[in-house]
Amino acid sequence: MSDTIHIQPGSVAHEAAHDEHHHGHHEQSFITKYVFSQDHKTIGKQFLVTGIIWAVVGGLFSVLFRLQLGFPGQSFPILETFFGHWAKGGQIQPEFYYALITMHGTVLVFFVLTAGLSGTFANLLIPLQVGARDMASPFLNMLSYWFFFMASIVMISSLFISTGPAAGGWTVYPPLSALHDASEGSKLGMDLWIVAMALFVVSSLLGGLNYISTILNMRTKGMSMTRLPLTIWALFFTAVLGVLSFPVLLSGLILLLFDRNLGTSFYLSDIVVNGQTLPNEGGSAILFQHLFWFLGHPEVYIILLPAMGMVSEILSVNSRKPIFGYMAMLGSLFAICILAFLVWAHHMFVTGLNPFLGSVFVLLTLLIAVPSAIKVFNWLTTLWRGNIRLLPSTLFAIGFVSLFISGGLTGIFLGNSTIDIHLHDTMFVVAHFHIVMGVASMFGMFAGVYHWFPKMFGRYLNTTLGYIHFWVTLVGAYLIFWPMHYEGLAGMPRRYLDKSVWRSFSQFGDLDKMITVVSIIVFAVQLLFIFNFFYSIFKGRKVTSTNPWGANTLEWTTPVNPGHGNWVGEIPEVHRWAYDYGKDGREFIPQTEPIGANESKH
Amino acid sequence: MEAVMNQQQKRMHPHKFTLWVAIASILMMFAGLTSAFIVKSNLTGWRNIVMPDFFWFSTATILASSLTMQMALRSFRQRAMDQYRWLIGLTFVLGVTFIVLQWFGFKSLWDQNIKFNGSAGAGQFLYVIFGLHALHVVGGVIALLVIFLKAFFGKIKLYSSVPVEVAATYWHFVDILWVCLLVFFLAIG
Repeated sequence: MSDTIHIQPGSVAHEAAHDEHHHGHHEQSFITKYVFSQDHKTIGKQFLVTGIIWAVVGGLFSVLFRLQLGFPGQSFPILETFFGHWAKGGQIQPEFYYALITMHGTVLVFFVLTAGLSGTFANLLIPLQVGARDMASPFLNMLSYWFFFMASIVMISSLFISTGPAAGGWTVYPPLSALHDASEGSKLGMDLWIVAMALFVVSSLLGGLNYISTILNMRTKGMSMTRLPLTIWALFFTAVLGVLSFPVLLSGLILLLFDRNLGTSFYLSDIVVNGQTLPNEGGSAILFQHLFWFLGHPEVYIILLPAMGMVSEILSVNSRKPIFGYMAMLGSLFAICILAFLVWAHHMFVTGLNPFLGSVFVLLTLLIAVPSAIKVFNWLTTLWRGNIRLLPSTLFAIGFVSLFISGGLTGIFLGNSTIDIHLHDTMFVVAHFHIVMGVASMFGMFAGVYHWFPKMFGRYLNTTLGYIHFWVTLVGAYLIFWPMHYEGLAGMPRRYLDKSVWRSFSQFGDLDKMITVVSIIVFAVQLLFIFNFFYSIFKGRKVTSTNPWGANTLEWTTPVNPGHGNWVGEIPEVHRWAYDYGKDGREFIPQTEPIGANESKH
Repeated sequence: MEAVMNQQQKRMHPHKFTLWVAIASILMMFAGLTSAFIVKSNLTGWRNIVMPDFFWFSTATILASSLTMQMALRSFRQRAMDQYRWLIGLTFVLGVTFIVLQWFGFKSLWDQNIKFNGSAGAGQFLYVIFGLHALHVVGGVIALLVIFLKAFFGKIKLYSSVPVEVAATYWHFVDILWVCLLVFFLAIG
């Protein structure tokens, strides 16, 4: 167990020399270098690769249930070959369908867009961009990944048991999730889901603690909080949200576990199963929803904020302009972080919530439009008259802004408790959150992968494949989710297995077919990206300069393939903010450069 | 801003800071559970409980252990290592005693026919909330055991008081948390 790497100025040189010495004598074994590594960069890569594997699983699930939604009643014999009785006669069975949508939601929200996104980039970027040799506690950081790995194993194993994985939706509302007899998916699969999520919460807490204390305590000399790149601020607020909201989910899940297996009635009351009245009394299913959404709502910002931070950084670097309104960006991140804790009940407008209380939550929800609009305005003004380099990373960042606007606007509809009476539980909701949270954050993640791939692996991703990946994904995302708004406005419910029996919804049959076909194409293009990713790790074009994008932040002052400890000599000192682009006739001025005598003030 | 940067060396040790964030996180978990308690206590079928006496004994034990922990920390700082060793050992023993007393507390409630089945009242919440608190104490006891063994058998002489300080802060935290939870149950349960 290596101890904390101290960054006190003066001791740094000694530490570095010690490190060199250390490395010279002990060749790290494969196990300590790639498996149980305590190097934040390796841990970040581990999160990324695990996240990619999960994304394939979760994405494939969506393709499977889209087959059912687009072509209800049609037989796909190949499904029976692979899934046996779950797809009897080549048709997706109802239990399988619900298991698929549940696992799609769980996997994408938690395992891909929480662990895969902030796990990857917080680990990779925080020490590199604040100027630290590693995290505050590299050991806890390693534990964080391995708890995530264990959560993954438990969740994966639930896919292979005879009663199938959890099937009550990713929100696992009781009583459906609390009673073994309620459905196949509420049997062992549900217990495994809870155990996996408990492990996941531990992982994300260990990670979050480290991120916060590294950002606040281990910045290099001169790196004041207002000189931090916006990526770090975003990851900081993400970690704060996670650390304060995940424990509440854990308490909710512990009570659920008691209800399921020990007969308590925290959530259960007056339930009749197969003509038999259960002894449970005085429980409240709404209580679970409160506990769940107290995490659940911050969770969408846990997903979105890292993407916002990376997009800010990438847009600024690639339009060769300072970020517009740094302090406003920071303030809006802060406002979003606070509001994230105060709006959870907008997921519960139609549960019988007191309408007066509902109106308070409407107000708070609509307030989020203010910081969101500030951010959008600042991204657009950063691009405005910039010297834009249209790299795949830039395109994905711009795509993020586009999707965030489109999806954000529909949030104004859903945030109104009166309109929500009509729109709740329809495809409109699916369209809204997929665009604003799901696809937008995916775009932020892709932007980050294309931008920092050279730092991770010392090679570039293939740009042509990147362009194909971007355009197909962007057009595909809009083709998939835009029509769902119309379906939802017409009242088409989500979660239903087969809507073709209703005349009012069967008019959308062809539209649903189109959505399914497009989602298969988009899924295929993601596989192309994954090919690009793994191919480029080994065969990609080599990075020859330490600062390929001409960026100001500290990670580009490290060697092309930095070792554990990041900087060979002393950690550089920081003299300016991260966004001096196009200043005094110079294209960019790295943060490490001292302020010149005649330099203009920014 | 310049002044802040020059104070870099005076910053809190990262491990201590991490602990404070972890404490915030643990508090959120108990906040979730106690809010659930308040919500549920207004619903039908709620039953209150009489607090078993064992929980008073355990309160005295954990308060005493906080005191010995603080004395241990002071001895460590003064390099009075023999005194430090037996004080940390005593704290460990008191911690184990606390958990045993909690177990007897649960048992006496259970014997009053307050079980998991049926309608939930303060009793079920007590099992969950005190149980989770006890788990956090077990974590602290394991940490104490580790530094106790290190103090006796460790080959490397440690001069940094940070690990002991971290353990002490955590130990005081679970102590204060226990008192708060007990007061909560007495006032509302």
